[in-house]
Amino acid sequence: MVYNVTKKNVIEALNKGERTDMRGLFEHRPIQIQFGVSNKAEGSVRVKIGKTEVVAGIKMATSEPYTDHENEGTMVTSMELLPLSSPNFEYGQPTIEAVEIARIVDRGIRESGFIDFKKLCIKEGEKVWSVFIDLATINDDGSLIDASALAAILALLTAKKPVYDEKEDKISFGEFTDEKLPLNLDKMPLTMTFFKLGDKIFTDPTREEEDSSDGRLTIEISKPAKEEYVNAMQKGGEACFTQDEILNILEEGKKIYKKLNSLVEEEIKKFDKGAKKKYENSK
Amino acid sequence: MTKEKAEKSLYEKRVDGRKFDELREIHAKVGVVPNADGSAIFQQGDTIAIAAVYGPKTLNPKHCQNPEKGVLRVHYNMLSFSVGERIKPGVSRRSQEISKVTEWALSPIVMLEDLPGTVIDIHINILQANAGTRCAGINAAAMALCHAGVPMTEMISAVAIGKMDQTIVSDVTKEEEDYEEGEGATDIPMTYLSNSEKITLLQLDGRIAMSRFKEVLDAGKEACKKINEFQIKALKEVE
Repeated sequence: MVYNVTKKNVIEALNKGERTDMRGLFEHRPIQIQFGVSNKAEGSVRVKIGKTEVVAGIKMATSEPYTDHENEGTMVTSMELLPLSSPNFEYGQPTIEAVEIARIVDRGIRESGFIDFKKLCIKEGEKVWSVFIDLATINDDGSLIDASALAAILALLTAKKPVYDEKEDKISFGEFTDEKLPLNLDKMPLTMTFFKLGDKIFTDPTREEEDSSDGRLTIEISKPAKEEYVNAMQKGGEACFTQDEILNILEEGKKIYKKLNSLVEEEIKKFDKGAKKKYENSK
Repeated sequence: MTKEKAEKSLYEKRVDGRKFDELREIHAKVGVVPNADGSAIFQQGDTIAIAAVYGPKTLNPKHCQNPEKGVLRVHYNMLSFSVGERIKPGVSRRSQEISKVTEWALSPIVMLEDLPGTVIDIHINILQANAGTRCAGINAAAMALCHAGVPMTEMISAVAIGKMDQTIVSDVTKEEEDYEEGEGATDIPMTYLSNSEKITLLQLDGRIAMSRFKEVLDAGKEACKKINEFQIKALKEVE
């Protein structure tokens, strides 16, 4: 729901080629990243984009594989739109908004081949690792899809397997190995959502801008070789897109990918340095 | 240019012998649910969707009404016996998402601003599934909306475009969806509006180089034009 007067302000700003907070159309709000929101989690992170804040935690467990993928681990993504984070969210069954975000994030990671699921097999047909990506909102000011997708990737990148006794099939939760998850780092899947209002297209909306918009197109990009690949897409909302608009969005997506990718690389480098020190001290 | 790239692809021939841009056989019929205000069945190869429209009718409870425009509600459901391994009946995360993207695909063409305070319920059920169920569902729903006499700005058609290794194909089957050679299978369901040629549904999973994307959109446009002819023909056959 959005007030007509709010929408009017958003449109007026967009017509001037800017935003209600003076940003450019494809300029994102400052991104802040903080690792380790829970020391019980195998990996966890807090991502802030402007006033939007999302936390992600990775938990692992062992389970039986799916019958059609007997030598592959599994992944489950879930999203909670916590009532603590916005007066618009309520308790109860997950809403379609939460389900959709979880599914978009899941699809992007799965389809890019970022996780090497075969290396998560413990015993073929009997036992595999399950990776749970759990997302939750702490404060909602729009762009939850992008914030969640970024948080999921960062949490995966920093997760360490827990200590596991194969004979007893027992995980010692809270005790971690130095072993990271089997990830294909060259496939780094990053997600960005383009919103449309009238004929204007922009990224990283505040909640007011997002609610004013007619719809969105989310694309998840990876760059396994020289060229960028699209691994997942989702159009949301009632907007219509022309062929040219979609092709322009892909071009803009390439630029955003580059920026986001260097941000992720930098943060991970920092984290790895700190983690190594911590691990050595604990021994 | 397309041809040159396609030659390097591992997917040289389609499993069911179709041409790359050839659609499966289409059967469409309206008026299959007498109780509904509008209904249609749409079959594309082995995929069968049946859609029924109830409304526009007053939306209750009253506080859910929108005084400015009508509400479109889509309920997509796969019957438990429509696939190989039985699926649990009822709402799943997948079906919730498909219902929502179908709503978003259809609402731009329904003149909801002329129907304030009302709701249009569209029920889509998949009787038999062999890939492309959300597209068959949209095709059936669009026909059912016409059949119900709901005011619409234009017609809509949906198709799943696929990329098998490097080959772009129209209207993928389940067997093609599971293709694993080379770059494997990419599935791209989309819609085109019949007059404005705008896109109201676009999803993708798999891997596709950005430089190939225009071919995908062009293939979708061509396929949707063909599907549109079948929809119109069936609508004209109504008694």
